[in-house]
Amino acid sequence: MSTGIGARVRRKEDRRFITGKGRYTDDIRNDNQAYAAFVRSPHAHAAVKGIDKAAAEAMEGVIAVLDGHQLTGDGIGNIITGWAITSRDGSPMNIGAWSALATDRVRYVGDAVAVVIAESPALARTAAEAVAVDYEPLAAVAQPVAALASGAPQVHDNVPGNLVFDWEIGDEARADAGLAAAAHVTEVEISNNRLAPNAIEPRSAIAIHDEAEDHYTLYTTSQNPHVARLVLSAFYNVAPEHKLRVIAPDVGGGFGSKIYIYPEEITCLWAAMKTGRSVKWTAERSEAFMTDAHGRDHVTRARMGFDKNGRITAFKVDTIANLGAYVSLFATATPTYLYGTLLSGQYDIPAIYGTVKAVNTNTVPVDAYRGAGRPEATYLIERTMDIAAREMGMDPAELRRINFIKAFPYQTQVLLNYDSGDFPALLDMAQKAADTAGFAQRKAEAAARGKLRGIGYSTFIEACGLAPSAAAGSLGAGVGLWESAEVRVNPVGTVEVLTGCHSHGQSHETTFAQLVSDRFGIPIENISIVHGDTDKVQFGMGTYGSRSGPVGMSAVMRALDKVEAKVRKIVAHQLEASEDDIEIVAGEARVAGTDRKMAWHEIGLAAYTAHNLPADMEPGLKEGAFFDPVNFSFPSGCFICEVEVDPETGVTEIVRFVSADDFGTIINPMVVEGQVHGGVTQGIGQALLEQVVYDESGQLLTGSYMDYCMPRADDVPSYAIAHGCTPSPNNPLGIKGCGEAGAIGAPPAVINAIADAIGTDDISMPATPQKVWEALHRARPAVAAE
Amino acid sequence: MYATNYHRPATIEEAVSLLTGNDEAKALSGGQTLLPTMRQRLAAPSDLVDLRGLPGMTGVSAGDGTLTVGAAVAHADVAGNADVLRLIPALAGLAGRIGDPAVRHMGTIGGSLANNDPAADYPAAALALGASIVTNSREIDAGDFFQGMFTTALEDGEIITAVRFPVPEKAAYAKFPNPASRYAMVGVFVARTSAGARVAVTGAGADGVFRHSAMETALDADWSPEALAGVATPADGLLSDIHGSAAYRAHLVGVMARRAVAAAG
Repeated sequence: MSTGIGARVRRKEDRRFITGKGRYTDDIRNDNQAYAAFVRSPHAHAAVKGIDKAAAEAMEGVIAVLDGHQLTGDGIGNIITGWAITSRDGSPMNIGAWSALATDRVRYVGDAVAVVIAESPALARTAAEAVAVDYEPLAAVAQPVAALASGAPQVHDNVPGNLVFDWEIGDEARADAGLAAAAHVTEVEISNNRLAPNAIEPRSAIAIHDEAEDHYTLYTTSQNPHVARLVLSAFYNVAPEHKLRVIAPDVGGGFGSKIYIYPEEITCLWAAMKTGRSVKWTAERSEAFMTDAHGRDHVTRARMGFDKNGRITAFKVDTIANLGAYVSLFATATPTYLYGTLLSGQYDIPAIYGTVKAVNTNTVPVDAYRGAGRPEATYLIERTMDIAAREMGMDPAELRRINFIKAFPYQTQVLLNYDSGDFPALLDMAQKAADTAGFAQRKAEAAARGKLRGIGYSTFIEACGLAPSAAAGSLGAGVGLWESAEVRVNPVGTVEVLTGCHSHGQSHETTFAQLVSDRFGIPIENISIVHGDTDKVQFGMGTYGSRSGPVGMSAVMRALDKVEAKVRKIVAHQLEASEDDIEIVAGEARVAGTDRKMAWHEIGLAAYTAHNLPADMEPGLKEGAFFDPVNFSFPSGCFICEVEVDPETGVTEIVRFVSADDFGTIINPMVVEGQVHGGVTQGIGQALLEQVVYDESGQLLTGSYMDYCMPRADDVPSYAIAHGCTPSPNNPLGIKGCGEAGAIGAPPAVINAIADAIGTDDISMPATPQKVWEALHRARPAVAAE
Repeated sequence: MYATNYHRPATIEEAVSLLTGNDEAKALSGGQTLLPTMRQRLAAPSDLVDLRGLPGMTGVSAGDGTLTVGAAVAHADVAGNADVLRLIPALAGLAGRIGDPAVRHMGTIGGSLANNDPAADYPAAALALGASIVTNSREIDAGDFFQGMFTTALEDGEIITAVRFPVPEKAAYAKFPNPASRYAMVGVFVARTSAGARVAVTGAGADGVFRHSAMETALDADWSPEALAGVATPADGLLSDIHGSAAYRAHLVGVMARRAVAAAG
């Protein structure tokens, strides 16, 4: 069986996961292990008047009780944001200070003010409860619109009106003109519901300080350990980079929430230095709900103009984005360069203008969550298209079709230059798989059973593999967006690939190995993928934004190119042939048309014995590469969702879900389909079930699975998946990335289907049974009252 | 979880003596509510007295028009019991849809009734079927047993040993689960008994399980889903939370009641 590109290779990593042998941060125990528990604010907003640690410190087994004044006194720096946004009036953004442990003020429920280090986790927690904090509660604001109202409570003194920035993209005059000239203007007001990321493995950290070497090690649940090391050392002053090793071992899901460097990791490292103990912290699920960066939380008003033929004339968007109490690492990029730049969708829109007001509230920080900005843009565009189609009496699929971009490259009005795609083909493919021709009959059959059946489309594009570094830098990014790889061929011919990407569910150990197996024809068992340890792997940027394929694998391909070139030279020299005549097939290198050949292990050995190499060649067979793409990649897709609504209860059942995706080249279809399954399920979760709720005073009402509703197996149908392919022209494999498509494209498909079923667009996410029943009640009281 | 002392008494008397005179002691009978609450540090009993090993609290017996279920019988064992399936299949069906498999194999009927969670399923069955709650000292009619959210007629040191259900002519339970917790957001148990139609509603009432007398009157006149069409359920006194308003719950009471009557046949 092939183990090369395009093969359905079973995941190499599954053996250890399925047998319970995965090694996660919390599985690691050190000599001298101590445990941290955080003292967290029960108030959304309060002044800290004093902290009485005496009772906790007196407990047997308590090693230390440390507070924010000690932390800042030791020079630990404030938590930074990684992307500077300039407001439309030219002013820089306003950022309130964020200390890992709050000193004089707490700004959300869960904001940490102190940490207890003790001999056991239970004791640490009991002692944390014994720390008496004198809070003076302050007025709080939790909702983004309310935060902008005059007289709203001020989250930070130096962020007037809670406005972090007021950003714009596009050409306002041109958009106004397009709207003025339109035959029809559709106006929408749309919320994108706030989500909690809910990785199955809660965040965890273990910090070790080696006094002899004055060296630190941090085990942590990170999607990007090198970035963590850089930021911890350069900004938080924990230790210089060469004295800090960051290891992200097996990590059980991230979805963005494990990109950021949180207060807990910083505090554990500092506490390890203060106490001389290895300090471990693992979030409880309720801590995860309170402190993991949330996602989404937009409120948007938009207008889209159409000419008399249904062609879009202009799109104008005003969004308020909730950033929470502090500005997290990528929180400023998410609602701007990952949102505003996507406002053209799959459509040829001649004029676009958008503004984004980012606001502080007394809630946990909001940052990138699977899709990050692109789900918000897609939901806005795709809901607007359906609402417009209904208003104009057009078929939603047809309205999309006549507005599709059909020639590439295509320069949008919002910075991005789309490189490839075939949107009509995806729509055709999805319609065929969904049997849209038979929908009317299925709707009639459902009606006979008392059910309302509806169909919904989402034709979407995303920008993945954020790039290139120079352009991002010019727009305010604090980091580069390339990726690195090193390919080591060992003397016996086995291969290690060191990647700067990080797998926390993405199957890199399998798919990255497929690239090597494909190139040299060697068994996949002889290839291992090394990642997640800054002492082993060269600097890399980690995994998020569907970048491991288009960027990370491209770096591997470049390194493989260099290895292959050297192999050709060695073999040509040893077999006295021309490099051009060397063929590398099935684990050996042959001189074409002859029986002269070298087995793969002989080549490795030849490189390392160096007994017979070309005169100018260095020994060894190890090559590295850094790949900086020239553009984003642009995966696109068409989702079609079919639902049945029970008008008596408002319950929505998803009865069909078709995904037709263009991910460019696919390395392992099984892995890609798994990504689609997970992403679509998360999208369905957002559409039907999930919502973080803070009450008006900033108390978190959805602090456990009793109240925060995650999708379960019986909430989702069996998915039908089809693939189109227009390879990306901008990376060596033609890959576009598949990690986020489902979460980006699914929510509007579901909501459009519900709106079609109940005959009203007066429905928001999550479309809970109560909301659907109420919408039906408002729109069609006779049906709902039955 | 805070430290606690675990006891496994051999006799009811021993259990009673452990529970009486100690305000900080709690009875444990499966612990599917108590243990998560303790893990979250929202409860901190000094002593846990495990009732499941006590004699006379296990097993199901049928006879004389009644079905008696031992207080320590797990939900899964009620769901799969041949006598329950034969005599009151609605009760088996209810038990088989409580929580998840782990909960159903640990949680017990006695524990559920003594806890009287306003969203639990068993209280609806006990009230609609006119069950007797048998304790170590007396029998309590279900109508007197449930006294509001998490409150029952149990006295200090009183332990449920069994639940005796009169076998109805027909019965059914329809549950609308809370999407997140999958507890009942509205659960309606209907029964046609020798004493007439009985309708009990769980999940919706601000004071816990209650009987719906207007529906009972309508069903006494005509046991059919249609008979409930015009029967209103006032939203006053119903729970309202982020998952469902009182008005929506009131509406669902009607829907679930009609579905239960239809299912009962």
